[in-house]
Amino acid sequence: MSIKQTLVVIGNGMVGQNFLDNLVSSPVKEKYEIVTFCEEPRTAYDRVHLSAFFSGKTAGDLSLVEPGFFEQHGITIHVGDKAAKIYRDSKTVVSEKGVLIHYDKLVLATGSYPFVPPVPGHDRAQCLVYRTIEDLEAMTAAAENGKVGVVVGGGLLGLEAAKALRDLGLQTHIVEFAPRLMAVQLDDAGGAMLRRKIEELGVIVHTGKNTSLITDGEQCMNKMCFADGEELETDIVLFSAGIRPRDDIARDCALDVGPRGGIVINNQCLTSDPDIYAIGECALWNGMIYGLVAPGYAMARTVVADLAGKEASFTGADMSTKLKLMGVDVASIGDAHARTQGALVYSYQNGDHEVYKRLVVSQDKKQLLGAVLVGDASGYTTLLQYCLNGIELPENPDALILPPRGDESVGLGPDALPLSAQICSCFDVTKGAVCKAIEAGCTSIGALKAETKASTGCGGCAPLLKAVMNSELAKHGFTVNTDICEHFAYTRQDLYNLIMVEEIRTFDALLEKHGKGKGCEICKPAVGSILASYWNDYILKTEHLGLQDTNDTFLANMQKDGTYSVVPRITGGEISPDMLIALGQVGKKYKLYTKITGGQRVDLFGARVDQLPHIWKELIAAGFESGHAYGKSLRTVKSCVGSAWCRYGVDDSVGLAIELENRYKGLRSPHKIKFAVSGCTRECAEAQGKDVGVIATETGWNLYVCGNGGMKPRHADLFATSLDKETLIKYIDRFLSFYVRTADRLQRTSVWMENMEGGLDYLKSVIIDDKLGLCEQLEQHMQHIIDTYHCEWKATIEDEAKLKRFRHFINSDQPDEMIVFVEERGQIRPADEEERKHFKLVEVA
Amino acid sequence: MVQWQDVCSVDELQPDSGVCALVEGLQVAIFYMPKDKAVFAINNYDPFGNANVLSRGIIGDINGQPVVASPLYKQHFNLQTGVCLENETVTIPAYAARIVNGSVQVSMPE
Ligand SMILES: Cc1cc2nc3c(=O)[nH]c(=O)nc-3n(C[C@H](O)[C@H](O)[C@H](O)COP(=O)(O)OP(=O)(O)OC[C@H]3O[C@@H](n4cnc5c(N)ncnc54)[C@H](O)[C@@H]3O)c2cc1C
Ligand code: SF4
Ligand code: SF4
Repeated sequence: MSIKQTLVVIGNGMVGQNFLDNLVSSPVKEKYEIVTFCEEPRTAYDRVHLSAFFSGKTAGDLSLVEPGFFEQHGITIHVGDKAAKIYRDSKTVVSEKGVLIHYDKLVLATGSYPFVPPVPGHDRAQCLVYRTIEDLEAMTAAAENGKVGVVVGGGLLGLEAAKALRDLGLQTHIVEFAPRLMAVQLDDAGGAMLRRKIEELGVIVHTGKNTSLITDGEQCMNKMCFADGEELETDIVLFSAGIRPRDDIARDCALDVGPRGGIVINNQCLTSDPDIYAIGECALWNGMIYGLVAPGYAMARTVVADLAGKEASFTGADMSTKLKLMGVDVASIGDAHARTQGALVYSYQNGDHEVYKRLVVSQDKKQLLGAVLVGDASGYTTLLQYCLNGIELPENPDALILPPRGDESVGLGPDALPLSAQICSCFDVTKGAVCKAIEAGCTSIGALKAETKASTGCGGCAPLLKAVMNSELAKHGFTVNTDICEHFAYTRQDLYNLIMVEEIRTFDALLEKHGKGKGCEICKPAVGSILASYWNDYILKTEHLGLQDTNDTFLANMQKDGTYSVVPRITGGEISPDMLIALGQVGKKYKLYTKITGGQRVDLFGARVDQLPHIWKELIAAGFESGHAYGKSLRTVKSCVGSAWCRYGVDDSVGLAIELENRYKGLRSPHKIKFAVSGCTRECAEAQGKDVGVIATETGWNLYVCGNGGMKPRHADLFATSLDKETLIKYIDRFLSFYVRTADRLQRTSVWMENMEGGLDYLKSVIIDDKLGLCEQLEQHMQHIIDTYHCEWKATIEDEAKLKRFRHFINSDQPDEMIVFVEERGQIRPADEEERKHFKLVEVA
Repeated sequence: MVQWQDVCSVDELQPDSGVCALVEGLQVAIFYMPKDKAVFAINNYDPFGNANVLSRGIIGDINGQPVVASPLYKQHFNLQTGVCLENETVTIPAYAARIVNGSVQVSMPE
């Protein structure tokens, strides 16, 4: 048996972790005992999406480490322990907490730190930076009591930080030393356009400003004094003035570092010591520090290959970027400043639409060298491919940035790309690798992602990946199968249209005309839902009954032991003490387990099927109606207490929530729909995590759409602002109607919108600008649903024949003896297997 | 000889859906497909969810086999043989069933 060598990795950030991920999937890992030091109190997380922390992502959501990763691969990680010193003579590392380890190979992945200019007063309270989760926590805390925030630095990160401050409700300024924003990526005209757009969003931009002192403020905590004599009062100062490599530990053991910092590496990412590598933002390659994650990942791959004895080298990386900064699309590719000799420049500026584009082209007009896009970055992928793959430009290169006139299309189809073209820059996946995976049987985006990792990093390449996949599949003669199931060769939307156009009212009629076989648990409920949302018939009509999931058939939610839970509607979460008592009495009488739901209502668990009608009779008598918690339908409209009570409230959120819930209750839809209404931008109702979210502002209601919580949370998008109630309701009517009509089965609004060609903008054009001329129909449909609303439980308890189904046995009044409860914290819960056995014994004895 | 037991009348069945009956102390799920004039009987116990719920599943066919999908975790069971389509090593008891003169009959194992 060979004795393993020890490999030590210092730093468990994005690149350090990526290195470990690569290492464990390489056979060379067998050679090493792996140990890593992680200074931060948590293992690696996604710094690139750090700002998502403010929209509700938790540290856990951002984690880059698969659960159990270190245990599974036998890696020792010292969390919260910083490597303090490297002794190259004895090849040992000592940590701050006193861990001493001998290494055979050492990898430095220490990243960088935010540069804070040494202005007097820079270390005052609430002078912060933006790099770690702890930094964001400090920002949130500081914003609680503050009104004004200033970001020092108008680069990429600075703009992102400004957005964060603005979203925290602060009056936000950006102070930039250079004469324009994003000085590295943009030229003057692009910077000016960006500035205009950002100022429109209420952020105040100061360029050409040199901060000379930070001191006590009068209205605010701090005051910034500038070299030109001006002053600015602010509570928070957020420095975002660039990064500096963390090379102390390397400097200290006399590894070569660059004159302005950075651990010097060669093409194998080796430092001046042949047993020590450096990767990521701490490394200096060819005089360059790369402040992006993709080059760091490329370095990580290089080191793994080098350890495995394979030929590999890091030869620089592309620094092109595309970002949405405060809702403004900005992209920069290659030599944006036209520094290449003889370069020609084309630019296009549209003051009306606030779009600026610039192309930098080689002297012979054949190659694209660089580009700048502001306001409309839709051409980014195409341009990047031209630039990276040296694809010959069309005769008039400016056609690439001019708005299309007529039908001509200037997009570069996926077929024009060579196999060597890089599709995903985060994981360096080429078109060739994608094609190979498709040939090996990956015929969906999900399968391709799993197989190649493409599009699992920043996700920017998703549209291109999809285009390549579709074109390859078409070439192989595949058609992408979108049939709902084996019984219908149609999508849900096709079925909806057939039902609508041919006025079909039953599943059998649809199956006879357009399907085959008997149906299944996929098509039956889907058709049941379409019939319900189109015709709004009573879902327990005999001809519809067999279509419904058990939850719909018994108008309650089946739980793990076969009992049901009951959720009466509590509109807007508002309930009187009397109603609450009535609810409590029913719960007590039937010995139900009661719990408050996330949607501000009360869930009563443990009802046997035969008890449901009795429970509902009492609830209806007390004035409750069905909450439709069992259906794919509108669930709840959550609300905060709003202007009636809250001292910050701007408008009556509860009143609106109740009105909306009453309007849309009972609407059947492809998936559940949740709403929320907040009375001001403090957003206590969490409306931005809902399918439809409404927030009151001084100038009217702001409407957000397509958010959701659950397994894959998504922040809602701002859809329209400053609406009066009438317009708000009109838009929601149209939005819901359009969703019900066109979404796939079990597709939440978020996925529906993301899969829509044109996404949010398209949706706006349909709902707001009536691009399809559909709005009148959509509103009428919604009106029909509202006019024909009925409480399903009321209809059921009034119908003797229907009540017959609510028995466990058709030929006996015995209940199901498998249903056994035990007590926990003063309420019932289903007995587990062991407890059930015990119970039976006791009963027999 | 097969012993048939009367369970209920056809009118008590749910068209294109299921009900549960108590037969000799066992819970039997009975499904009815009126268009084919077919009735099927299987045990009501879902071995994956560990609960008596199969009669409340949606029925239909998969590749020509009549099936019910468990309302809990959606596994399919063949209504004639009781075999689980997702995991063929799992089989639940299936019973012979028929309609005679408007009466539903099931034959239970000895
Ligand atoms: C808000 C924000 C947005 C960004 N957006 C983008 C983007 O859109 N696109 C993009 O490409 N890049 C973006 N970046 C940059 C990207 O996050 C970095 O390029 C990437 O994190 C670099 O990875 P790294 O591992 O080199 O450094 P880090 O992720 O910083 O990891 C280094 C780790 O090493 C630890 N460490 C340091 N010294 C020691 C020691 N002696 N002992 C133990 N541990 C130590 C540090 O605490 C840290 O956890 C963004 C960065 C920020 C902050
Ligand atoms: S969102 Fe605004 S109005 Fe509503 S409770 Fe919070 S602070 Fe008050
Ligand atoms: S989060 Fe999971 S366990 Fe909790 S209620 Fe939802 S499905 Fe059940």
